Amino acid sequence: MSQATLEIVKISGHAGPVPGEGVKRAEQVCKLIDTTTCIGCKACEVACLEWNGYTFSETTFNNSYQTMPETAWNYWNLIKFNEHEREDGTLMLLMRKDQCMHCADPGCLAACPADGAIVQYSNGIVDFQQQNCIGCGYCVSGCPFDIPKFNSQTKKMFKCTLCADRVTEGLEPACIKACPTGCLHFGTKDDMKDLAENRAQQLREHFGFEQAGVYDPPGVGGTGVIYVLHDATNPEAYGDLPKDPHIPWVVRLWKGPVKWLGNLAMMGGIIGVTLHYLRFGPKQVDDKKDSDKNGKGGRQ
Amino acid sequence: MSTSQAIPISHTASKSGDRILRYTLAERVNHWIAGLSYVYCLITGLAFWSPYIYWMAALAGGGPTARFWHPWLGLVFTASTLWMYKLWRRDMAITDVDLAWKKAMPHYIRNEDDKLPPIGRFNYGQKIFFWVMFYGAILLLLSGIGLWFVESIPGSLRWLRYLAVAVHVGTALVTIGAFIIHVYMGTAMVRGGFTSIIRGEVSAAWAKMHHRLWYEQVTKEKSSQK
Repeated sequence: MSQATLEIVKISGHAGPVPGEGVKRAEQVCKLIDTTTCIGCKACEVACLEWNGYTFSETTFNNSYQTMPETAWNYWNLIKFNEHEREDGTLMLLMRKDQCMHCADPGCLAACPADGAIVQYSNGIVDFQQQNCIGCGYCVSGCPFDIPKFNSQTKKMFKCTLCADRVTEGLEPACIKACPTGCLHFGTKDDMKDLAENRAQQLREHFGFEQAGVYDPPGVGGTGVIYVLHDATNPEAYGDLPKDPHIPWVVRLWKGPVKWLGNLAMMGGIIGVTLHYLRFGPKQVDDKKDSDKNGKGGRQ
Repeated sequence: MSTSQAIPISHTASKSGDRILRYTLAERVNHWIAGLSYVYCLITGLAFWSPYIYWMAALAGGGPTARFWHPWLGLVFTASTLWMYKLWRRDMAITDVDLAWKKAMPHYIRNEDDKLPPIGRFNYGQKIFFWVMFYGAILLLLSGIGLWFVESIPGSLRWLRYLAVAVHVGTALVTIGAFIIHVYMGTAMVRGGFTSIIRGEVSAAWAKMHHRLWYEQVTKEKSSQK
């Protein structure tokens, strides 16, 4: 929220140029989540609430470690627990820290109609600006990860900021700070990719996870949050992590060709009726010419 | 419900026989509730449609206010359209006379009205407009509910979210096209039409020129009542 104007490279619902677009080259920041060393302690959840000033939400019990079904407007970071049966019949408890993925090509921002309600900074962080949010929920339709959440009291949308306020000051996000196992890392995208690929290679070569790999989906231009997965071919097993996320094509059409075709059609309609009037003019009823005996001519 | 059942205008007017009641008070009230609520949804909807006209939200009190009221006024529009259906559905049924008129529509467009077959209370174009808006209102309501409560649609059914967007946008564009023609014809092209939907009356000559069969029907009924 406190970033300078020139740090902003993308603005939602914005007519005209974007001040920071192409102005400076900044390091892309990235959070790396190694699901293979996560122990599901939820320290990241506590740290997130602490730093952002929220209190614990009510929990539900569904015979698992899952404390609530999904993130909420005031609960941006949630570990998803998934029991996964492997082919050899053994059971794995998969734990994935779920939060905003900070897509390079953000669907929320593409769908948003409110000028400046969603921005992307030059370091890659996608941030909601609640003072500009109108609460329409289009970002919910645009997001392939189901992340933006609505506060029905204030009629504003909320999500993880990647601790943009901390990162601006040179600090790591609160969740990273709290992680006791070191499964969370923070740094530049390049460094995190290296680290993640090394770890995946280690898992493949020394731990028998032949399908281990890095989740950095190209469909959304890569993400500012990447995962190391035991089985990168099956991200769905980690609780609704889409295999090939991309901005929905309906949203792409709606914000692209349909908008311009629709605008042309509306302009064409207005121009068309104007031309009709200039060519043919109005339909006048000439009361005096009326020879029918039933009427003696009316006033117009 | 139609004007043929309605009480003739004023005694002075019926005496000279030159003013005919075309729209009852209920029909006029209904029309303007539908019209004004549609215009509100149009302005706010266009604001959400394109960043270049987002300023239109300011006309409705700013983005959040526009977003808050858009669905409620949409409900008003749908309700008034259902009421309109109740009032006009019989008058709006497309008949053989309309199909003959439809064939001659190029004459209507070129203002060669003397070459058109006589028609009843509404012409084919008015009827098509009515049905576009009626079915449009239903589609806008259903898709609008999806957009209004988008978070209640679970992620596993997210295709419904996309469907709601596509239907709402597509239907809105079709109704806007119809609306542009409707406003043009009602105000600029067909003189006397705009005053008739405000004060309810048309002249006998107007009725004869535009809706001769309806004119003959109402004048016959009126004279038989005497």
